[in-house]
Formats: sequence, C-alpha cells, structure tokens
Amino acid sequence: MTLTKILASGLLALAGIGASGAALASSGEPGLQYFRADTGNLPSVQRGARDFMAYCSGCHGLKYLRYNRMAQDLEIPEELLKANLMYTSDKPADVIVSAMPKNGADWFGAQPPDLSLTARSRGADWVYTYLQSFYLDPSRPLGVNNTVLPGASMPHVLWELQGLQAKVEHSGETAAEGEHGAQPFELVQPGKLSPEEYKKFVGDITNFLVYAAEPGRNHRIAFGWKVLAFLSVFFVLAYALKKEYWKDVH
Amino acid sequence: MAIVPNPYKTTGFLGWIDDRFPLTKLWKDHLSEYYAPKNFNFWYYFGSLALLVLVNQLITGIVLTMHYKPGAETAFDSVEYIMRDVPWGNIIRYMHSTGASAFFIVVFMHMYRGLLYGSYKKPRELIWVFGALIFLVLMAEAFCGYVLPWGNMSYWGAQVIISLFGTIPVIGPDVVIWVQGDYSPADATLNRLFSLHVIALPFVLVGLVVAHLIALHEVGSNNPDGVEIKKHKDKATGIPLDGIPFHPYYTVKDIVGVTVFLMIFAGIIFWAPDGGGYFLEKPNFTPASAINTPAHITPAWYFGSFYAILRATPPLFGSALPGVIAMFGAVLVIFFVPWLDRSPVKSIRYKGPLFKIALTLFTLAFIALSYYGMQPPSPLGKLVSQIGSIVYFAFFFLMPVYTKMDSYKTEPERVTHDAH
Repeated sequence: MTLTKILASGLLALAGIGASGAALASSGEPGLQYFRADTGNLPSVQRGARDFMAYCSGCHGLKYLRYNRMAQDLEIPEELLKANLMYTSDKPADVIVSAMPKNGADWFGAQPPDLSLTARSRGADWVYTYLQSFYLDPSRPLGVNNTVLPGASMPHVLWELQGLQAKVEHSGETAAEGEHGAQPFELVQPGKLSPEEYKKFVGDITNFLVYAAEPGRNHRIAFGWKVLAFLSVFFVLAYALKKEYWKDVH
Repeated sequence: MAIVPNPYKTTGFLGWIDDRFPLTKLWKDHLSEYYAPKNFNFWYYFGSLALLVLVNQLITGIVLTMHYKPGAETAFDSVEYIMRDVPWGNIIRYMHSTGASAFFIVVFMHMYRGLLYGSYKKPRELIWVFGALIFLVLMAEAFCGYVLPWGNMSYWGAQVIISLFGTIPVIGPDVVIWVQGDYSPADATLNRLFSLHVIALPFVLVGLVVAHLIALHEVGSNNPDGVEIKKHKDKATGIPLDGIPFHPYYTVKDIVGVTVFLMIFAGIIFWAPDGGGYFLEKPNFTPASAINTPAHITPAWYFGSFYAILRATPPLFGSALPGVIAMFGAVLVIFFVPWLDRSPVKSIRYKGPLFKIALTLFTLAFIALSYYGMQPPSPLGKLVSQIGSIVYFAFFFLMPVYTKMDSYKTEPERVTHDAH
C-alpha cells in the first residue's frame, strides 16, 4: 500500500460523502426551496432572534433553548436581552416558553408546536418555504392555507409584512416546482416589505431556527478545523515514523 | 504444558510482576513477538479500526450514560440536555452516533477482506465464527442504541423490529408483549433495551472480541496471498521468514491508518453529523409518538440489506414468517462460510473466474439490497430486492458447487511483497 493509494482511497471516500451530501442538499425535497443555512452569519441570526421573539414567540416556544445561552451565543448584552427579547420570563436562565396558555388548542384547533427542533426534524428548506407559502383560501377558518402544510391551523401571522398572495393554477408539471420559472403564487395585496425584503426576513428567521435547533453548531464547525489541523500534522509525523521503521522490511 | 512463571527471567519491578502475572509474556506473545505477514495491504487496516471504534463507543457511551435518563418521559429531553447543556455533550454524542455507522462500515470492510482472501479457511474457522457472532451482537447492540433517544423513528423502529417476534406461530403475539413489557413500545421497553445496550451486550461484545483475538494469535494472521507464513521459518530462530513483529511494524502502520480514518470520521462529526439524514434521521428529532407514524419507516442504513430481504420474501398464509426466517437466515448463513468454500486456495488472487463472478454479483446484490431497504416500497424496489435476495443466498448456498468446479492458479510458496 503506497501513500498515494491510501490518500487516493481516503479522498475518494471523502469525495463520495461530499458528493452525496451535496446531492441531498441541493436536490432537497420536491416543492421546497433550497436554503443554505448560515448560522455563522451573526447579524442574520440576531435579526432572526428579534423577529422570532416579536412575531412567533407569542404562540411558539423554544423549550430546549435558554435565554442566556442564546444571548451568549448571539453576543447580545444582557440589558438588551431583558429589555427587548424576554416577554414570558425575567430570569435569563429560563428556557423560552411561549405566552400561549395550555388551552391554545381551543383558539386554533391545535396547540402550536414547540419549534426548538423543527429546523432539524423538517429541515431548513421546509421552514424557509413554509413561511413563504401562505395563500388566500376562503374555505379555511382563518382564510389562509399553506401549500407546504395543507390544512395548517396557523394564521398568516406575517401577512402585514409579506402581504397576501393567491395561489396560481398552472397547467403542467412546472406548477409544483415553484423554484424556477412558473411562480406558484401571485401577490394580490402588497405588504410592508418588498418580496426580496420578505425573502431575507424569512431567511433570518430560518437561520435563527437552525441555530436554535443546535446551538453548538458554530462551535462544532470551528472546532472541527482545529481537529483536522492537528490530524494533518499528526499524519505527516505518523507517516514518517512508519516509513522509517519499514525501511528494514524487505 | 505446565505454566512456567516468568519464562523470560526478568528482574527488578518487572520481574516482581512477571513472577506473579505474565505481563512480559503477554506483551511478547501478542505484540512484540507476534509475527504477522509482511504483505498486509489496505484491507488489513479495518481490524484495528474496528477495535478503535469499539473503544470510541465504550468511552463516549460511558460519558453519555452519565447524563442520559432512560424512561419514556425523560429520554428525549435528556438527549437534548446532552446536546445543549452538557459541556462538549454534542461532540460526545456525535462521536457515538457517527461511531455506530463507522462501526458497521469498518466491520463490513473487515468481513469483506475475509471473503477476498479466504481468511475463514482452515485453520481460521473459529476466528470467523467468533467474528460472525460479534456481527450478530453488534446488530442487536445497534438496534437497542437506536431506540434510546426515544425519537419518533426510535419508537417506530422498535415497533417494527419487536413485531417480528409476532410472526412466530401460536406464541408470537404473547412473545411480543413479553419482550416489550407492554402492549406497545413503552417505558418498560426503553428501560430493558437500555440495560441490554449498556451492560449485557457490550459485555458479550468485548468478550467475543477477546476470543476473536486469542483465536487469531493462536493460528496467526492470513494475508493477501493466502499462503501460510509458518511453512517457511528461519532454521535458527524459528521465526517465519515472511513474518514481522506486529509491534513495532504494524503498530506504526496502523497509526497511519487510524489517522486517515480519524480525518474522515472528524469530517462527518464536525461538518455532517446527520450523515445526510442517514446517520441521524429527521423524524428522530421529534419525540416518540404512538399517534404520528413517520411517512417512511426506514431502518438504519446498516440494516438496509437485511430489511430488504425481509420485505422481498413473499408472505405465507398471510404471515411474514418466511421473511423473518430469510432475514435471520441471511445473518446465520455467514457462520457457515468456512465449510461452504471448497476451493484448494484461500486468496482471490489464485481463485478462478467463477468465484470472482460470484463475489462481484454478491457485492452488487448487497449494495442494491442496502439501497432499496431504505427506500419506500415500490414495484421496482421489490423486484430488485427479490433478485438481490436470491443472489445473496445463491452466493452462499452454491459456494460448494462453484468453488469445486472453478479453476485455480498455483499459489506461490512465499508471500509476494515489494519493499518500499
């Protein structure tokens, strides 16, 4: 076994993993827009935290995330945290629970789910697409429906920002795509944000939920580089040691 | 042969120990004077890697057990507690969850090496049998561990696997309740699987690994040429001419292999711990629920082939019993390989075209079965799985025939090896 062979097989294995990962990431599930989550983009995650607390936390909790952990990871000073982000508790070590009472199901027909792990159980693409896929549907109790989760009992909380959109019936198979070419929706009443601004807004919330689903994500990736750097140096030494010993083997 | 205390006549502190415990003898017998063939290739890294992964699983498992709380009400929350509040808990858990998949990758490669070079043939039958037992226990261990996070895939995976006992005629349904300790997977089930996962099965696993290594060191390692290095010994020293001491030669070589492995392992742990949804499945990030069935209940990727065989086998009188028998048969048949292979040579290098064709078909069948075992049911998947199952079993059952009919090249007297 030569060095080149070992390296080649290692690289092949890595390439295989990378390729399958990339394929899975880019193809995604049908009907979902691809979103490349970037929890390293701190301003985006901070904006997402602010917007989540303002628009989502009334109904949805993040029961596995503590306020002070979030403040520490997102570099938010405690005064700012207490003044602007904490609505249901004044103890920074508390977990983020919603303001919704236990009988929330009486209001909408279903208790709003906790969103701590939604970005991992459904995926970032799902969250990103879901928040853009509310459309007017008079047959629903709250007048809106969602193409990603048909029959969702959630109202379109962000309608003021996005505006209201109607579903466009396309013929042919492109209708279901929604990613390129034919758009599945058309805006019938503009909101406060332009479509581009709304996309960025939803991207921020998605980044925040990806962070909330795994607060250790940034640290793990940063630490990974150190581990690989160590192993690379160690590999050179280990290989030199092996070469030295195996000189005697004929 | 009587036991001679301190045969190497060491003195001082080491001598004091050697008079009472064979420390020097063990060191020499198993490392510094264990002579391994000098022509090991790429495939021979996976044995030491399997040992490395085993140690990784034991150590990370001990740490996880310190923070994990078995119980239907506590398990899922305690896993998230490990992921978020325990310092380094997320890395430890990813090392363990990725380690489970890595274990199967290196063990599959290790077993495949055995098939390539006939490492199971006389006098190494028991090494193979111990190895097959390790594989069987590993599967049970992996299943139990998979249930512990008590996510929704854990729950439904447990439901599917335990219900296999229900196919046993007459007593099946009662056996399921007895195994589960309840009428559906529940707190009692989780607690007993936890006990098996952290105590009973690791205990058996480590014991079998020791037996595997003792048997190996008793007869000596095979090699890619499949020739016995003990046939040609140095007249004066009695050391095999093609043998080199395991330590230091293979210890320094395995350190290189370990480093390359760890780089790939770290790549997954730090950048893709979900393994694209194959190492940690999306539905397992929602708590177990008897009401919400995941859209596709898929087994862990390493069970894909066996699950495909289960699904591909037609039911008999409305019972899935034949499928269950086929699935367990697919594991049991591995035990008999040493007695199924009738070829006069060990290594594929000197075997004929029939074996090479059979092994290629088997490899393709195994990959196809693993793939379709993870896919939702489809007519194409069923057809491919049925053909794959037939090829899988034919590889073993027809082995006595095609290895007897095959043509063979003459083995060399000594191992082939280019020094570099």
